[in-house]
Amino acid sequence: MLLDARIPDGPIETQWERTKFDMKLVNPANKRRFTVIVVGSGLAGASAAASLAELGYKVLCFCYQDSPRRAHSIAAQGGINAAKNYQNDGDSIYRLFYDTVKGGDFRAREANVYRLAELSVQIIDQCVAQGVPFAREYGGMLANRSFGGAQVSRTFYARGQTGQQLLLGAYQALSRQIGLGNVKMFPRTEMLDLVVDEGRARGIITRDLVSGAIGRHAAHAVVLATGGYGNVFYLSTNAKGSNATAIWRAHKRGALFANPCFTQIHPTCIPVSGEYQSKLTLMSESLRNDGRIWVPKRKGDTRKVSEIPEAERDYYLEEKYPSFGNLVPRDVASRNAKTVCDQGRGVGPGGLGVYLDFSEAIGRLGRKAIEERYGNLFEMYEKITGEDPYSVPMRIYPAVHYTMGGLWVDYKLMSTVPGLFVAGEANFSDHGANRLGASALMQGLADGYFVIPYTVGDYLARHMGEKLDPSQPAFVAAEAEVTGQVAKLLAVQGERSVDSIHRELGGIIWDHCGMSRNAAGLRTALERIPALRQEFHENVRILGSGESLNQTLEKAGRVADFLELGELMCKDALEREESCGGHFREESQTPEGEALRDDERFSYVAAWENLGKDKGWALHKEALSFEHVHLAQRSYK
Amino acid sequence: MTATVGFLRSTLGKKAVMAVTGLILFGFVFVHMFGNLKMYQGEEKFDHYAEALRELGKPLLGPGQALWIARSVLLAAVLLHIGSAWSLTRQSRRARPVRYERHQLVQSTYAARTMRWGGVILLLFVLYHLAHLTLGWAHPDFTPGKVYQNVTIGFQIGWVSAFYIVANLALGLHLYHGLWSLFQTLGLSHPLWSPWQRRFAATFAVAVTVGNVSFPIAVLTGVVR
Amino acid sequence: MRLRLKIWRQASAGATGGMVDYDAPDVSPDMSFLEMLDVVNERLVAHGQEPIAFDHDCREGICGSCGFVINGIAHGGQKGTTVCQLHMRHFKDGDELTLEPWRSRAFPVVRDLMVDRSAFDRVIQAGGFVSVNTGTAPDGNSIAVSKVHSDLAMDAAQCIGCGACVAQCPNGAAQLFTSAKVSHLGLLPQGQPERFLRVEAMVAQLEEEMFGSCTNYGECEAVCPKNISVDFIAQLNRDYLRSKVVPVRRARGAAGAG
Ligand SMILES: Cc1cc2nc3c(=O)[nH]c(=O)nc-3n(C[C@H](O)[C@H](O)[C@H](O)COP(=O)(O)OP(=O)(O)OC[C@H]3O[C@@H](n4cnc5c(N)ncnc54)[C@H](O)[C@@H]3O)c2cc1C
Ligand code: HEM
Ligand code: HEM
Ligand code: SF4
Ligand code: F3S
Ligand code: FES
Repeated sequence: MLLDARIPDGPIETQWERTKFDMKLVNPANKRRFTVIVVGSGLAGASAAASLAELGYKVLCFCYQDSPRRAHSIAAQGGINAAKNYQNDGDSIYRLFYDTVKGGDFRAREANVYRLAELSVQIIDQCVAQGVPFAREYGGMLANRSFGGAQVSRTFYARGQTGQQLLLGAYQALSRQIGLGNVKMFPRTEMLDLVVDEGRARGIITRDLVSGAIGRHAAHAVVLATGGYGNVFYLSTNAKGSNATAIWRAHKRGALFANPCFTQIHPTCIPVSGEYQSKLTLMSESLRNDGRIWVPKRKGDTRKVSEIPEAERDYYLEEKYPSFGNLVPRDVASRNAKTVCDQGRGVGPGGLGVYLDFSEAIGRLGRKAIEERYGNLFEMYEKITGEDPYSVPMRIYPAVHYTMGGLWVDYKLMSTVPGLFVAGEANFSDHGANRLGASALMQGLADGYFVIPYTVGDYLARHMGEKLDPSQPAFVAAEAEVTGQVAKLLAVQGERSVDSIHRELGGIIWDHCGMSRNAAGLRTALERIPALRQEFHENVRILGSGESLNQTLEKAGRVADFLELGELMCKDALEREESCGGHFREESQTPEGEALRDDERFSYVAAWENLGKDKGWALHKEALSFEHVHLAQRSYK
Repeated sequence: MTATVGFLRSTLGKKAVMAVTGLILFGFVFVHMFGNLKMYQGEEKFDHYAEALRELGKPLLGPGQALWIARSVLLAAVLLHIGSAWSLTRQSRRARPVRYERHQLVQSTYAARTMRWGGVILLLFVLYHLAHLTLGWAHPDFTPGKVYQNVTIGFQIGWVSAFYIVANLALGLHLYHGLWSLFQTLGLSHPLWSPWQRRFAATFAVAVTVGNVSFPIAVLTGVVR
Repeated sequence: MRLRLKIWRQASAGATGGMVDYDAPDVSPDMSFLEMLDVVNERLVAHGQEPIAFDHDCREGICGSCGFVINGIAHGGQKGTTVCQLHMRHFKDGDELTLEPWRSRAFPVVRDLMVDRSAFDRVIQAGGFVSVNTGTAPDGNSIAVSKVHSDLAMDAAQCIGCGACVAQCPNGAAQLFTSAKVSHLGLLPQGQPERFLRVEAMVAQLEEEMFGSCTNYGECEAVCPKNISVDFIAQLNRDYLRSKVVPVRRARGAAGAG
């Protein structure tokens, strides 16, 4: 299969402009005749559904929560980037573009990233107009903070709840369209399959999570905005319900899956406190501005902090990276934390944690100042751990946070299945091998507000007057398959709980396909995962029926998909014998132990084609070329 | 027109009516208490005051007319107040058909929690009170116009005074929440002065209660005889 | 530590429910309340009983999915805390805990501790937005917004739509939730054109949904995980009363769907 990213030629600055001009348009009268399905009500989904409905299309929108307002975008804390240059500190669209490509360690498409930077400006305007209460200066102008190592202040924020406020903005726009009858909302409804007919996406099969009813929904185009798949690891900063089901079932229907192994592990999360742990909580990166990270010099040192003299503390980041110190990028900070813990110098339960110490900052700035900067974060930490970070250092440990991989899409965000579009974290598009802070919210909204409404229209314009008919054989067949899968799961009646198997899968992937990877480890994982998958299908225990609300059944369906996706992640990681961004192959590092890219062999997007049940995958490569940002090895020394 | 009807149907509309009528009622109760203080100036002054009430508005209005106007306003207020209280209460009951096995209130004041029963007590009191000191039906030895006498004789009976005292304590509570609550209801609260609302409510609630409770006590203790 | 739990079990909206006793041995003080329930559920499944259903997703106090009444208090009574953020160290060994779903006519029980809060969505759909289509926005800094107002708006905007205010209110009123959205948008210049239409429409929907009426108990504020202040209820009432006088007539001409 030849992958055509449909990137327009000509100067990068005008590519999007020209693409829009070349698009076919649907006249207002005809828009009403088209139905578009949007799966997901997060930043990407809600903004897309609302914008499409505003244009006049009929929209069906789905989410698994009881309200679209609860999509996991709500949890984003830090902020959203935009090249507004309000601070007059030399920011520009080009600089944001440059930083993002470089931050992605040269594994993203220049054209997409440039468009993202270009649209970032409009996003802020749109959100302000919706009533998003961004932080303001006393003069009444929008405030900015700097984020993720960028040298300019371009991050807009609303206290520690930027994601929440942006999502509520989109949710309000969506609610308005629901009220006007332009969008039909299906909450507590999970997409379980994609319907493909004559090689084009025609609709989806869903399960009503309350009644258990399986339903067919037909549309002229389908947009997936179902978020990330970090929950493959069981423990992550994602919501409990976050899943890969929608994109994975689409993948099995022919959509290629790109860079599955690119996952971002966030350095500052609250460590695991016990076996029962159900999810991990992020502590904003901003903490690293004033906190100093250290571990005891001596192995297995169990003394209380107060008893460890300064001389016996190892501020390993400051030692190793004099210029960036505690502010090195996420992947570097995470990897180093793992290293010291593997050396047996970790602190807290299981030795899986490092100290983030504010005593020096409190001494220098006073408790008051620290309280103003991080008050709410310190509270959250105390709520969860019961420890007071003002008196004892925080304990932090890396946790899975974001998945750069996702369904492969071209410049117009269409997957390899015509009529199937993918937006937000669910696609692979803009972050390459590592995502910079505050850029995912930007991408979700760029896709939803400003790309999808155009590109979907362009696609629809080419398919005038097609009838929708959910009684087509393709629908019947897909529904039968889904019903079969559900019945099969319920029939097992084995011994093991869904969670226990999910936890085990998470363990395998965390150990072998986590912060650092090597061939041997990945091979072990590739043996263990299929075995565990078999164990699951023969020995899982799900009580209750499929004809009613059944949360265990929901979980089981998701875990079944993770058990397949997990395998592909390891396969992809094994294939890519280089280190780049979040993907660190121990075989490929500099003498100082830094990530070493191999642009000769791996400057491509790995897009995997599913060959069908037990037939494995075929790898397709989309070559990446860099004309504007010249390839360079990242260094933070 | 339809707008105003819709307004009065809406819960917020009814609440506003409660607040306004509540305010009127409060106004009456306060003035009433104040006027009754004349009791301490002796029979003559007090009866003369009661008499004067009936002469109010002369020469524009004839004898007693002003009083009748006032009475009709009061009556309307009480009816509206009770009417909306009743329908709001019913609506709130309907809003929770299945009760909690266990429900624990955390922040609300005792006054807030007793508004409804307090109101009922007040209603009963007013009815009795009218029969007692206005119409004389419930009075052992009632002489129209001899207000001072009526009061002093009336309060000689222990349980009557007791009832007055209880009712007026209830009124105090009702006002303590009510006078604060109406700021919220009419949207008059504001971070700047909301602390003062509490003080305002407290002051007047106490003033009215102390004033009113003092009368029966004064009679029983023989300060007024 | 060991706990005794009395939990409301109800198979479906139609079914009749009741309190059932459960035993929770070896609870760790570091568990969150929901993790404690996870463990209870694991044991139930192991013993062939269906697990207790409860809503949850983010488990970090921001999505508003979780929430039930613990010993008579919505979210369990820790200031500014949702049940998913409530940790077991706040309970003592041997405690008996009663768990009930939100009780409100507008929030019918879906199953066990899960309720249907779509009434909240409909209140927002009625007018809890600014009618601005994608692409029409002026520059973000074209209108200055005083820090005081934007901070106050943010205080209100933090509502997570969990429903605890309704659950705790002796009247089953949704005033705090509604006032939070009305105030958030009403405090910002962008929200002005539709200010009075918005409050009228949202209050009308409140009536539709059969919520109770606020008598200013202030219970809602006490259990709100985001500490939304009842001052906003005053603002809701003020704007509603004002919507009944002149300005709104003018507004009615302007602005799109109210
Ligand atoms: C704790 C945390 C903090 C973060 N902080 C930041 C930050 O500061 N800045 C930043 O830029 N990014 C941040 N991110 C990343 C960013 O929040 C996400 O990448 C982004 O919000 C994803 O948005 P989305 O719309 O793609 O997906 P989501 O918001 O996850 O929405 C997914 C939607 O799909 C629906 N859905 C999923 N599966 C199905 C299915 N099978 N059927 C039906 N519906 C389904 C869900 O119901 C939901 O509505 C953070 C992420 C986390 C977890
Ligand atoms: C002397 C008589 C009375 C006075 C001065 C009075 C005053 C008030 C005031 C000021 C309020 C506050 C309204 C608001 O919250 O905005 C109030 C509320 C209330 N009143 Fe009265 N009232 C009186 C009699 C009654 C009676 C007779 C009843 C019922 C039988 C009653 C029932 C209530 C109830 C239930 C409330 C609370 C409702 C609410 O706060 O919205 N009151 N009253
Ligand atoms: C101890 C306290 C009180 C005393 C001593 C008292 C005394 C009196 C007297 C003497 C009268 C008759 C006046 C006349 O006929 O000229 C009267 C009338 C009345 N009182 Fe009181 N009162 C008291 C408290 C209250 C309270 C608390 C209320 C309301 C809740 C109230 C409501 C009325 C009303 C409605 C009338 C009838 C007024 C009229 O239309 O003539 N009183 N009161
Ligand atoms: S106001 Fe508070 S309690 Fe009510 S829904 Fe919003 S967050 Fe929950
Ligand atoms: S508790 Fe209820 S009565 Fe009003 S102030 Fe809060 S809604
Ligand atoms: S689960 Fe999201 S708020 Fe509790």
